[in-house]
Amino acid sequence: MRNIPASEITGTVAGLCQQANYQLGEDVLTAIKNAGEQEISLTGRDILQQLLKNAEIAREESVPMCQDTGFAVVFLELGQEVHVTGGDLYEAVNEGVRRGYVEGYLRKSIVGDPLNRKNTGDNTPAVIHTRIVPGDKLRIVVAPKGGGSENMSAIKMLKPAEGVAGVKNFVLETVKAAGPNPCPPVVVGVGIGGTFEKAALLAKESLLRPVGRPSPDPVLAALENELLEAVNATGIGPQGLGGLTTALAVHIETYPCHIASLPVAVNLNCHASRHKEAII
Amino acid sequence: MSQIKLTTPFSEAVVENLRIGQRVLLSGTIYTGRDAAHKKMVELLDQGKELPIPLVGQVIYYVGPSPAKPGRVIGSAGPTTSGRMDPYAPRLIALGLKGMIGKGKRSPEVIKAMKQYKAVYFAAVGGAAALISRSIKACRVVAYPELGPEAVHELVVEDFPLIVVNDVLGGDLYEEGTKIYAAR
Repeated sequence: MRNIPASEITGTVAGLCQQANYQLGEDVLTAIKNAGEQEISLTGRDILQQLLKNAEIAREESVPMCQDTGFAVVFLELGQEVHVTGGDLYEAVNEGVRRGYVEGYLRKSIVGDPLNRKNTGDNTPAVIHTRIVPGDKLRIVVAPKGGGSENMSAIKMLKPAEGVAGVKNFVLETVKAAGPNPCPPVVVGVGIGGTFEKAALLAKESLLRPVGRPSPDPVLAALENELLEAVNATGIGPQGLGGLTTALAVHIETYPCHIASLPVAVNLNCHASRHKEAII
Repeated sequence: MSQIKLTTPFSEAVVENLRIGQRVLLSGTIYTGRDAAHKKMVELLDQGKELPIPLVGQVIYYVGPSPAKPGRVIGSAGPTTSGRMDPYAPRLIALGLKGMIGKGKRSPEVIKAMKQYKAVYFAAVGGAAALISRSIKACRVVAYPELGPEAVHELVVEDFPLIVVNDVLGGDLYEEGTKIYAAR
């Protein structure tokens, strides 16, 4: 057994919340620069330049790239040889979110009840997904998720007969329906298979992959490419004002599924595709 | 690309001359409001009471800024999705609101109201919130402080970069721009 103090988890989560909001990933920067070279819309090119300038200001001044600093979605991969000491694991994570958001001047965007809608004031609770894995380490990924892009995400239980064509249609329909709302250029996360909730989680997990890194499965990598081309042929473009850069990447994750089912979930992310990780 | 410099409040003539796709640098006083504040303002109108902000010739920016760091005027302050304000916007437009700033498509009702009462809708760049905050020179809460980031703020802006998305002719850049670049 390896002991990890709860306080260390708290400090790590707090730091990740701030880094994820202040620092645009190098993968995203490269993707936006490449897109800018290919964009033919002048407005589109200018918007991509503004996003790069924005990222530079945010990083240099340690201020959030976007005022919507998101719902703190936290992925934990907890080694089964780890013993968390001096506190409760989830409380340690939530305390990290609280500290990260309050001390980092990040916006508090969470209401404590979806119906009476009173702000909790410290951006807690986090949404926490935990996997128990072999080993004695704890991997923490913090992915602050904005409301604008999350609201345009969708899930559909397709008939198996609809197959790949059905999946492609649903992804395209979702991106078109979203239009300008999720702040394109988006990153499109697609989860195929599993059950209703598993497909949604796969879609979200696919957004944690470095932007543009293809699926290790060549068939899925080809489908990702094909979908990216189709999404960029919609003409939606940067901010939905027209152009060739509607998405920076399409990422697909799959899981076995029931003989009767073909669940497909599409989780849209804004251009920033925020996520930062640490291993304790 | 040429940019038009505009100052608030807007006269009807200024609004009538704006066309979709035009780039604007906006200066002057504007007001912030999201859905929670809009709901409260429309409730006041229902009760026949006065609004906490002037509407005639004015511009509302759909934004919920992040907290200001010490010594700063405001935190990051990019546009939020405008569709959430659609149920309330026609009422304010009918009372003289001349401009709205946000991101995302407006409903047919809002577009109709802009045409009928001469108002425009501008897009600011969603996600460019740190950059936009540099255009904001002053900020104070004027109503609903209990709403935190959703309170109504009065902002003084200088050369805030915007793009005209909906004009008084009923044009819609989201529709037109997408058509131009869609593969045939």
